[in-house]
Amino acid sequence: MVKMVVCIKQVPMVSELPWDPKTGTLQRDLAEGMINPACRSALEAALEIREAEGGEISVITMGPPAAEEVLREAIALGADHGVLLTDRRMAGGDTLATSYTLARAIEEACPDFDLVLCGSSTSDSETAQVGPQLAEELAIPGVAYIDTIKVSGRTVLMQRISDNFLETLEMSLPGLITVTTGVYTPRYVPLGGLQTAFAGADITCMDAARIGLDPERIGAKGSATRILNVYSPTAKKKNILLTGPPRRIVEQLFEQFDDKIGGAIGKDLKSSKKGS
Amino acid sequence: MIKKKRSIWVFGDYRNYFQNRVTLQLLSRAMDLAKKTDAEVCAVVFGHWTDEWVDDALSQNPTFCGVVGEYIAHGADKVYLTDDPRLSTYSVETYTHLIAQLAQREEPEIILIGATAFGREFAPRVAKRLGTGLTADCIGLEINGEGLLVQTAPSFGGNLIAEIVTPERRPQMATVRPGTFQEIPHDYARRGEVVCVPMPEGIPADRIRLVSSERCPPRERKIEDAKVVVCGGRGMGSKKKFAKLFELAELLGGEVGATRPVVYADWVDHEALIGQAGKHIKPQILFCFGISGAIQHTAACNGAKFTIAVNKNPNATMMKLADVAVVADAGQLCSALIQLLKQRMRS
Repeated sequence: MVKMVVCIKQVPMVSELPWDPKTGTLQRDLAEGMINPACRSALEAALEIREAEGGEISVITMGPPAAEEVLREAIALGADHGVLLTDRRMAGGDTLATSYTLARAIEEACPDFDLVLCGSSTSDSETAQVGPQLAEELAIPGVAYIDTIKVSGRTVLMQRISDNFLETLEMSLPGLITVTTGVYTPRYVPLGGLQTAFAGADITCMDAARIGLDPERIGAKGSATRILNVYSPTAKKKNILLTGPPRRIVEQLFEQFDDKIGGAIGKDLKSSKKGS
Repeated sequence: MIKKKRSIWVFGDYRNYFQNRVTLQLLSRAMDLAKKTDAEVCAVVFGHWTDEWVDDALSQNPTFCGVVGEYIAHGADKVYLTDDPRLSTYSVETYTHLIAQLAQREEPEIILIGATAFGREFAPRVAKRLGTGLTADCIGLEINGEGLLVQTAPSFGGNLIAEIVTPERRPQMATVRPGTFQEIPHDYARRGEVVCVPMPEGIPADRIRLVSSERCPPRERKIEDAKVVVCGGRGMGSKKKFAKLFELAELLGGEVGATRPVVYADWVDHEALIGQAGKHIKPQILFCFGISGAIQHTAACNGAKFTIAVNKNPNATMMKLADVAVVADAGQLCSALIQLLKQRMRS
């Protein structure tokens, strides 16, 4: 019996994002949500651990009320309970605030957990910081970027590739693991799953007051970092147009952009010697 | 009381030393930042037999050899060194305890950590322990008018760039991927101070046990690491014409990438797919031949520093996103490029 908590995040489905080709900017507010891919792998890991060892899976997400969708999807896939953390005051938090919020919510919703599983990173912000910081906040051992997990009794064996080393690691429960998308391939929603998810899903809603969060430590207010400015990387591109016969264009490329092209290949392309 | 000198710390990550130059690159960046804030640059090294990490022939610094000497030669004014048998393997937990204790005592303004697999797990733990902010995978680090470290980082798969500061908490922390900054050439005449920090008492035993660690076989050349990528789409016209891209990539010392239609048409192996379901790249130079610019593809390559797109259609999305948009037949331009490159390289 392993009591597991899987943290999942709703992220925009990038392949279907409404997107402004002029600026290259994603219109995030119009995006359809989905479970972040690495969080799906973490859920798959939990489902496989439960199949092998028995246990219980709670999924937890923080986000707007619409993030409930990803909890239903996780329940359709086989999770037992869902916890939705939603509160305006939690919005705009950096990883310091988010890890604090999640830790207190886990302690409230599932105080006797054995194992917390997170995706190693998210496809939207990609910081890969929440998992390790959550382990720190829960004061439990934590390991990041894990490819495979084997639980036996109170011991967990894990493997990962880290800086060109194949590492096998061991820890005792309780603990936290962040899972990569490398080995755990998420299953499809089983036919019976959808009905469970929509008819009898066990989902609890929580806000900051219910968990007794310190309002000074959550959301934008509780964050150490501030975003000064956001821009599209393409907005700073000059987008120079070249036309003409191919050979002329190539000569122009070498003349005008030798610092870039020649620089990257370590050759001076500008100094053509006539007659050679 | 004497005010402490402001300091910028760089975590000494020397595992895979010869492949991994990120510490040296960060020292170089820290030197520039230190000039603007009148700070000293410090490297922080934990390990055991730290002198053995660098071949003796390279350790020409008569005072300090090993990584310590290398870090001084590459820009560190001071090196904090804890050398102890208990530090012979990299451990996130123990290293977090050590650097957090040291940082609480010495109060650095900034801590920079290489975004290696280790660094990416270690840095968030340290930031959390110190109750401060951390920006992952910075592509730029500057000091602004208020003396704050402006950390520029991509977000949303590189579709957005954010400028982030940590206004009040200290230290200001950032991780940086290898290859983002240039290291400065070593100068073995440089002198620096080495502060030996004894292994503190009462460091809790590691709760993670390393059962085994095997060095993986050296990786083959990977498109993710290539400085130059030549990418082709349906606009190349045929499998035969597409093959020219391999000749071009060879000349440029780069790798060949492809879009989904091309992979489906079996012009090239699936390994070459650049896209949401394939590889993500950020080369210094990206050539895009005959690529229309579907979001699944562009989202995976818009981190390229300089993009040259070639397409008959000047209105293709890829052309709008490029630094240089060349209106021409992709196959013909590729041939002309190969021809002229061969001439210029010979001369």
